Amino acid sequence: MNQIPVLIVLVAMLGGALRVSTPFMFVALGECLTEKSGRVNLGLEGTLVLGAMCAYAVSYHSGSPWFGTLAAGGAGAALGALHGYICKLPRVNDIAIGIAMMLFGTGLAFFFGKPYIQPTAPRLGSIGLGDWTGNPQLASALQINSLLIVGILGAVLLNWAFTNTRWGLIVRTTGDSAAAAKAMGISVDLVRFLATTAGGFLAGVGGAFLSLYYPGSWNQGLSSGQGLMAVALVIFARWNPLRCVLAALLFGAAGALGPALQSVGITQGYYFFNAAPYILTLLIMIGSSGSKHAMRDAPSELSITK
Amino acid sequence: MTGVSEPIGVLPAVVAEEQRDFSVRIRRNAEYVVIPLIALAASVVLFSLFLIAIGKSPLTFFALVERGGFGTAFSLQNTLQRSAPLILTALAVAIPARLGLIMIGGEGALVMGGFAAAVSAIPLLGHVPPLPTLCLMALVGVFVGAGWVGIAGLLRYARGVNETIASLLLTYIGIATMNFFVEGSFRDISNPNKPSTKPIGEAYMVGKIPGTDVHWGFAVGIAVAIALHILMTRTTFGFAARMTGGSMRAAQAQGLPVGKLIIACTMIAGGCAGLAGFFEVAAIQGRANASLIAGYGFTGILVSFLARHNAIAIIFVAILFGGIVASGGLVQRRMDMPDATVLLLQGLTFVVLLVSETLYGRFKIFQVAGAADRT
Repeated sequence: MNQIPVLIVLVAMLGGALRVSTPFMFVALGECLTEKSGRVNLGLEGTLVLGAMCAYAVSYHSGSPWFGTLAAGGAGAALGALHGYICKLPRVNDIAIGIAMMLFGTGLAFFFGKPYIQPTAPRLGSIGLGDWTGNPQLASALQINSLLIVGILGAVLLNWAFTNTRWGLIVRTTGDSAAAAKAMGISVDLVRFLATTAGGFLAGVGGAFLSLYYPGSWNQGLSSGQGLMAVALVIFARWNPLRCVLAALLFGAAGALGPALQSVGITQGYYFFNAAPYILTLLIMIGSSGSKHAMRDAPSELSITK
Repeated sequence: MTGVSEPIGVLPAVVAEEQRDFSVRIRRNAEYVVIPLIALAASVVLFSLFLIAIGKSPLTFFALVERGGFGTAFSLQNTLQRSAPLILTALAVAIPARLGLIMIGGEGALVMGGFAAAVSAIPLLGHVPPLPTLCLMALVGVFVGAGWVGIAGLLRYARGVNETIASLLLTYIGIATMNFFVEGSFRDISNPNKPSTKPIGEAYMVGKIPGTDVHWGFAVGIAVAIALHILMTRTTFGFAARMTGGSMRAAQAQGLPVGKLIIACTMIAGGCAGLAGFFEVAAIQGRANASLIAGYGFTGILVSFLARHNAIAIIFVAILFGGIVASGGLVQRRMDMPDATVLLLQGLTFVVLLVSETLYGRFKIFQVAGAADRT
């Protein structure tokens, strides 16, 4: 009797994890790259929202969701570049700038996004990985967006690049010791500028997923802290792109808990379950911040862990 | 402090030295006024260019802001009304900032404090006279707010959890908690339109300052700002806090109770924001609902940074931004611009302001020889 709802909830959470996790994944990968270079960008929440708005607007006007996704990346890269440029000025605090960019990005998105709340833009398609099972619930849970696959491939590529390429070494050196990087003849500011710009691009693409796939429309309540949670997620993933993917899936599942319970008729604590991802993030930060084990992997130049 | 009470028989040379010292202080401190003003002017210029680019008139915009925020007695009182929560939420950023902590949990503490205050009043309505009820509500608001932000302070001290992220996460958790209760166990069933707690009723609302249309929250906000300014600049506690802000490790080495300072300052911060929530409930809304989530906590961050975390300067900056927020509706109607215009202006000002940080120490006029040890 009880087993069926539990199963439905679990399947819904699996589906939720696959659906909801993609924006977390992109923002976390972007932040991971930025933090590896020794800088924190707390403004990715604003980047995510602006990316979502740009993706929706461009997709609406051009008719191609992929153009929209690219535009979202471009807008994210622009915000990232601005952050990267400002932070290299002396006496500027990267965390405070992050908060300001959060407000600025959200303000820009809400300002220009007003006309796009009503119309419907073409969305990104999905791939039915579960169609062969013949179980409609499982099939709908396994509807996967191509951006999820792009994200996972991106994580593998990023991980490979960090450990096996010259560029990866340069980024890691800059993050671990600016002095050592300077001694190698690397321009620390340039590396961090590029890493923040690229990180912004990834976060913008994450925003495109929000407005073009799931939930799949543009409104002002689209993102509520996903960008920020992703920053915390990077600490949990100990600055490893592959672990970022796993952490994003975990967060996706936590975020899907409320809607999943609602689907079997448990609506009582809907708002409480909405808070689940935030509480999980806080618990994860408590767990990982104090431990020497986790902090050993942190880039030493990072202001956030000092 | 120089030249306050002059002892008898002071050597003329010492007096001259002290006078020179005073002018040096003025010149050095002028930097902290002039550079934020430059930043403010630069963001006005940038925003004007932006308005021209989208085909709107900046002159009309700023004229409307002036009229909607400060032009008439009515709009000025509306502005002061809105600046009350801004003063308090800005203090919620400024006090931890003195310790070198960037806490942005004001919005959550405001929501939690306001909600707790509204709930605490429900059993007392009709049984206890308004004044003690309001006092109790205010206390509940302050303590819940203090506890809420205090969690972030405790985590920072005990586990080294980044206080910026923790305080913002607590904001989201606070908003979800209020929604949970307002939709559920504390919902006023007689109000089907908007999930709210039971109204406290006209008789229990905080009154207006006599002769004005501004509620007492504004006066209380100013009083709290002055009190905290004295606490941070004239007491041992404030000195210890500022020293910790200079260098946490040095303060620890000196044997200062850094942990207690962090928790005390974050609790003061949360208490301020909780008090703002109390006034929003008891003087404006009359009940707790989603209208509490009006962004005062986030605007307060900008106010505090613009005032360079100085409690007295916060009062004036809060009035300025209270006016900008108050004029939002007028600008929206007259110029056909989205309500996010004010948010965009705030974001832009914030970015420009932080960029201006890089200007400190670059202007020769503020640099006086031999004054490097004074700040």
